[in-house]
Amino acid sequence: MNHDTGRIAHRFAKLRAEGRAGLVTFITAGDPDLETCRTILDGLPDAGADLIELGLPFSDPMADGPAIQAASLRALNGGMTTRKVLDLVRGFRAKDGATPIILMGYYNPIHAYGVNHFLADAVEAGVDGLIIVDLPPEEDEELCIPALKAGVNFIRLATPTTDDQRLPVVLQNTSGFVYYVSIAGITGTASADNTAVGAAVGRLKRHTDLPVAVGFGIKTPDQAANIARIADAAVVGSAIVTRIADGIDAEGKARPGLAEDVLGFVRELSAGVRKARI
Amino acid sequence: MTRPNTFRSGPDERGHFGIYGGRFVAETLMPLILEVEKAYKAAKADPAFEGEIRQHLKQYVGRPNPLYYAERLTEKLGGAKIYFKREELNHTGAHKINNCIGQILLARRMGKTRIIAETGAGQHGVATATVCALFDMPCVIYMGETDIARQQPNVFRMKLLGAEVVPVTSGARTLKDAMNEALRDWVTNVADTYYLIGTAAGPHPYPAMVRDFQSVIGDEVRVQMQELEGRLPDSLVACVGGGSNAIGLFHPFLDDPSVAMIAVEAAGHGIEKGPLEHAASITGGRPGVLHGNRTYLLQDEDGQIIEGHSISAGLDYPGVGPEHAWLNDVGRVEYVSATDQETLDAFQLCARTEGIIPALESAHALAEIVKRAPKLPKDHLMVLCLSGRGDKDIFSVAQHLGVKL
Repeated sequence: MNHDTGRIAHRFAKLRAEGRAGLVTFITAGDPDLETCRTILDGLPDAGADLIELGLPFSDPMADGPAIQAASLRALNGGMTTRKVLDLVRGFRAKDGATPIILMGYYNPIHAYGVNHFLADAVEAGVDGLIIVDLPPEEDEELCIPALKAGVNFIRLATPTTDDQRLPVVLQNTSGFVYYVSIAGITGTASADNTAVGAAVGRLKRHTDLPVAVGFGIKTPDQAANIARIADAAVVGSAIVTRIADGIDAEGKARPGLAEDVLGFVRELSAGVRKARI
Repeated sequence: MTRPNTFRSGPDERGHFGIYGGRFVAETLMPLILEVEKAYKAAKADPAFEGEIRQHLKQYVGRPNPLYYAERLTEKLGGAKIYFKREELNHTGAHKINNCIGQILLARRMGKTRIIAETGAGQHGVATATVCALFDMPCVIYMGETDIARQQPNVFRMKLLGAEVVPVTSGARTLKDAMNEALRDWVTNVADTYYLIGTAAGPHPYPAMVRDFQSVIGDEVRVQMQELEGRLPDSLVACVGGGSNAIGLFHPFLDDPSVAMIAVEAAGHGIEKGPLEHAASITGGRPGVLHGNRTYLLQDEDGQIIEGHSISAGLDYPGVGPEHAWLNDVGRVEYVSATDQETLDAFQLCARTEGIIPALESAHALAEIVKRAPKLPKDHLMVLCLSGRGDKDIFSVAQHLGVKL
């Protein structure tokens, strides 16, 4: 493994030193609107998010459930573009130099932007990692290898269908951390059984020294705490995005207090994660 | 670009046709995609598999279907000698069944017990529901709500055949969204489910596999034209949405330089009106990555997929099979387009001149023949793939013609 000096590695080292797991929060960039999203994003570190996944909106999110599909659509209808996503990161980075930001999405918007151009702009904006759902190791030459060369972590998803034979292939060019998708399915639907997740994390740990984050189906502070006992981080996405959706009025506008409500929920999740190992 | 020695060797091991194709899927699906590839390779090498397919195509589908000399249309247009490859005479009324027979036999070999599929016009859905009834397998068809509204007869057919038709309400509620939803189902039910993709697109090995199953169209044309005219055809014309009937007709002839090939995309209200108004991915789109492959896509500047428009529900998909993308770039196949109006005119012409009501999809190819045939000599042998029959379309055609049924 390369010696990684990025924000993601630093953050996991700090978490290890504190003897606790991290909370990774997902929101879609531009959801429900650019300004409300900016308020939420900027408030996440203080609310207890240790790492931030920022969804790059896409018209056809094949691996996402209804909650994140709707969030993508809200963002796109509000005029979100890849360029604006990077502006959002740049604004955040001016205020927070330590919290890692990972862009999560699908390949086509990056393909359309131009891979090298995108990576240069992403690095400049302060992006630390990428999770691109539809780029398996078989397509590493597309974006993974160029990203690693540009100093951007490429975080891979490992799933219940990734067997021992395939795992080394998945881990080969993975950096930052490994994201274990705890169910075979789409985001925001079923929740996995803790024993099964524990076994899967153990299996991953036998294959890699990288931190393991677990996501898909974590909806409550208690569930986050359970995952925090067996993994290096718990990822919460659809539950937060649903909270955002709940704060929108009939015209699709953010109600007053939406950002505070969402950040309040993140505080609860964070409290769950923080108490897990104490 | 240098001309390759053969146009028929693709894809490479990683599923690429030039820069197109590939395997752009979520990790959960990747082991399954590799399993499909392995199973298909093994099946292809097994003469028993080929024998099973042949038997079903003959006894159940009714192949070979005729290569029919369209004499009245030929006289009317006054140029090239026009032949129809009568795929619309297949059981279920379109070429789609050729692929479904192949894939369901593969799914059985793989021990899969549940079939899912997407459908646009409903022809692939009907063909899938048909083979599922035949082989007694549960079948779930994803279909956009918009398409359900405009293809009611096919929806009812699928239900009669025992399939569950799931309305898709995301996006523009048409074929692309149905494909997204089918992928979401597959990722959730990886262990027992086989995704029976209906066109020569998607992640490797689907584009190559669907092409192979559809190549029976071109293989038969080769033999039949030899019998009828004692030589190869001069040109082949087919419509392209995802492009499975076109690649099935073209592929056996790709290395015959004397055979010209013309693929017709759906120009909707006109390519010049912009990507919201047509469904011509090659003529009016640019390369991108969607649904498992790199290909020409209708997309905006930011890489968001644009929902195209066509009068035909079977063609308004914002992508096209990756082999077509490559054949366009290397210049082996000419890609043109026909508007809704040209298609409606050709649809009516075919009905009145030949007594055949074509599918609106196939009528796009007919529209190109109407443009092209009059300028060609009488000894020019032109083959049109009449990929489907138009019974399913009579309601939407009536609506466009202002007729109340």
